Amino acid sequence: MSYNINNKGYYGAFGGAFIPEMLYPNVEELRQNYLKIMAEPSFQEEFHQLLKDYVGRPSPLYFAKRLSEKYNTKVYLKREDLNHTGAHKVNNTIGQILMAKRLGKNRIIAETGAGQHGVATATVCALMGIECIVYMGEIDIARQAPNVARMKMLGAKVIPALSGSRTLKDATNEAIRDWINNPVDTHYIIGSAIGPHPYPDMVTKFQSVISEEIKWQLKEKEGKEDPDYVVACIGGGSNAAGTYYHFLDKEHVGIIAVEAAGKGIHSGESAATSALGKEGIIHGCKTLLMQTPDGQITEPYSISAGLDYPGVGPLHSHLYKSGRGEFYSATDDEAMTAGLELAQLEGIIPAIETSHALAIFEHKTFHPDDIVVISLSGRGDKDLQNYIDYFKL
Amino acid sequence: MNRINQKLQEDKKLLSIYFTAGYPNVDDTATIIQNLETSGVDMIEIGLPFSDPLADGPTIQASSTAALKNGMTSELLFEQLKDIRQSVSIPLIIMGYFNPMLQYGIEAFCEKCQAIGIDGLIIPDLPVDVYHSEYKATFEKYGLINVFLITPQTSDKRIHFIDSVSDGFIYMVSSASTTGAKVGFGNTQTEYFERIADMNLKNPQIVGFGISNNETFTQATTYAKGAIIGSAFIKHLTKNGVNATDEFINTIL
Repeated sequence: MSYNINNKGYYGAFGGAFIPEMLYPNVEELRQNYLKIMAEPSFQEEFHQLLKDYVGRPSPLYFAKRLSEKYNTKVYLKREDLNHTGAHKVNNTIGQILMAKRLGKNRIIAETGAGQHGVATATVCALMGIECIVYMGEIDIARQAPNVARMKMLGAKVIPALSGSRTLKDATNEAIRDWINNPVDTHYIIGSAIGPHPYPDMVTKFQSVISEEIKWQLKEKEGKEDPDYVVACIGGGSNAAGTYYHFLDKEHVGIIAVEAAGKGIHSGESAATSALGKEGIIHGCKTLLMQTPDGQITEPYSISAGLDYPGVGPLHSHLYKSGRGEFYSATDDEAMTAGLELAQLEGIIPAIETSHALAIFEHKTFHPDDIVVISLSGRGDKDLQNYIDYFKL
Repeated sequence: MNRINQKLQEDKKLLSIYFTAGYPNVDDTATIIQNLETSGVDMIEIGLPFSDPLADGPTIQASSTAALKNGMTSELLFEQLKDIRQSVSIPLIIMGYFNPMLQYGIEAFCEKCQAIGIDGLIIPDLPVDVYHSEYKATFEKYGLINVFLITPQTSDKRIHFIDSVSDGFIYMVSSASTTGAKVGFGNTQTEYFERIADMNLKNPQIVGFGISNNETFTQATTYAKGAIIGSAFIKHLTKNGVNATDEFINTIL
């Protein structure tokens, strides 16, 4: 079985482009050009130069000695938190801003949940001198104030999404509506491995630098390219897609996904899409999503704004349904505890999103010889207030 | 012959009205349809509300959210419409997003539409390519006309493809926008209307988005067979309730 995208834009039964006709010319232009543009030597050169000199790649693959001792296995952390802007998101925005330039676009829109993708987008727009508009749910604006300030300082315009649950899903709706209203000059930088084809594939390919580096870094440290497991948290699933990418067809590498269970999978306040979702259409792709029996998309919940999304990327739906991926979910409490533990064992304060991946040790016991690579997708500076409130620091 | 095709043969410009089922009150659906027919409207689009209506502006979004809050579902809509053909003969189209239909089951949905006497569907996020390869046979089996959208950015090649797959009319979106976003037409629209008129398509075109009064209705129907009004009618319903339909229609025709 292949776990990569097919020529029609599907991963197994998931993916495609279910978009209103108003979006067709833009999405089709991108579909016809993205692989060609990405393959151009000048594109590759500029992309990798920026990843190196601007983002600070390669990000370290760090052997977490004390964490490994505690869980009696070999844990490596892929330090995406050390990237410029503090998370993996910038890998994709660098790629997409170069894509937008080559497509002749001079206006950028984006959606953001936790604000990490918004900041990463505002950053590359400042770098290139391109106008930037970020849609963000009104509730997320309130709970991620430092990131809102960063975007403004970077010159982006932050527009609150006032409809629906006023979180990531609604910010995405508003960004799509903006694109419908501005069909010629605008590129929409989607921040996760979601949306109509070719977005999930394009975002995955830009993020695949994560697993590309893991391979040679592990070879240096362990004498072999392949770990026994790769672990990542999943909201829409972009850091996970990048972490898994080069291991997808290597069945001896276990793929582990950790979703946000919120207050518990069956509490009614959860974002564990694989457990609670059913096949349907969200934001232009066929995938698993949380919905009512009548097909209305429901409001998810997670303490982490970045995982608070009712769908999951089509690649991940395919990994779940095919059994290639092992899916777990961590509650708010498990994630917060795992975040605190990492801070105290390794001196690294992770983003709350990332803390969900670290909670894997609550759910799975690894063999002492196993090499477990965890994507440390983001740093926790933006979440300090949440940690303060939770732990009464 | 399907009621839509019959209507399209009439020698007049057609006025089609969109409203959201379950708004302002959950049980208003049949009343609004009956009032619209009496007021002289030619065709009705019954909006099946969706939580995330991507192609719609604030007015239709708000009416959809309210309708869902009122308890509207696909099943309830079918229940409300089951005897509608005893009182009206106007062409009826259900306009909704694909996910609720997918969850109902496409075949079951189409079967129910036929049983009630629904004539066609408009599904903005079901692309013509997917419809053509996966669902056309089912729609045709139940005698349903599926209506596709074109926009000023749609290429001639794609318009010809949409024309070849269509068997009723083409929904011509007047400008690059969500519903209710712009009022009035300028030179860009006129050029676009003329371009499409000159293509001599086999399906007549009905213009939607941006039509709210007699002036815009007249402009749109100078080139096209008819025009669709949505947001402006919803605003009227919000302000004046379901029994003042005549008042609104008289300002258009």
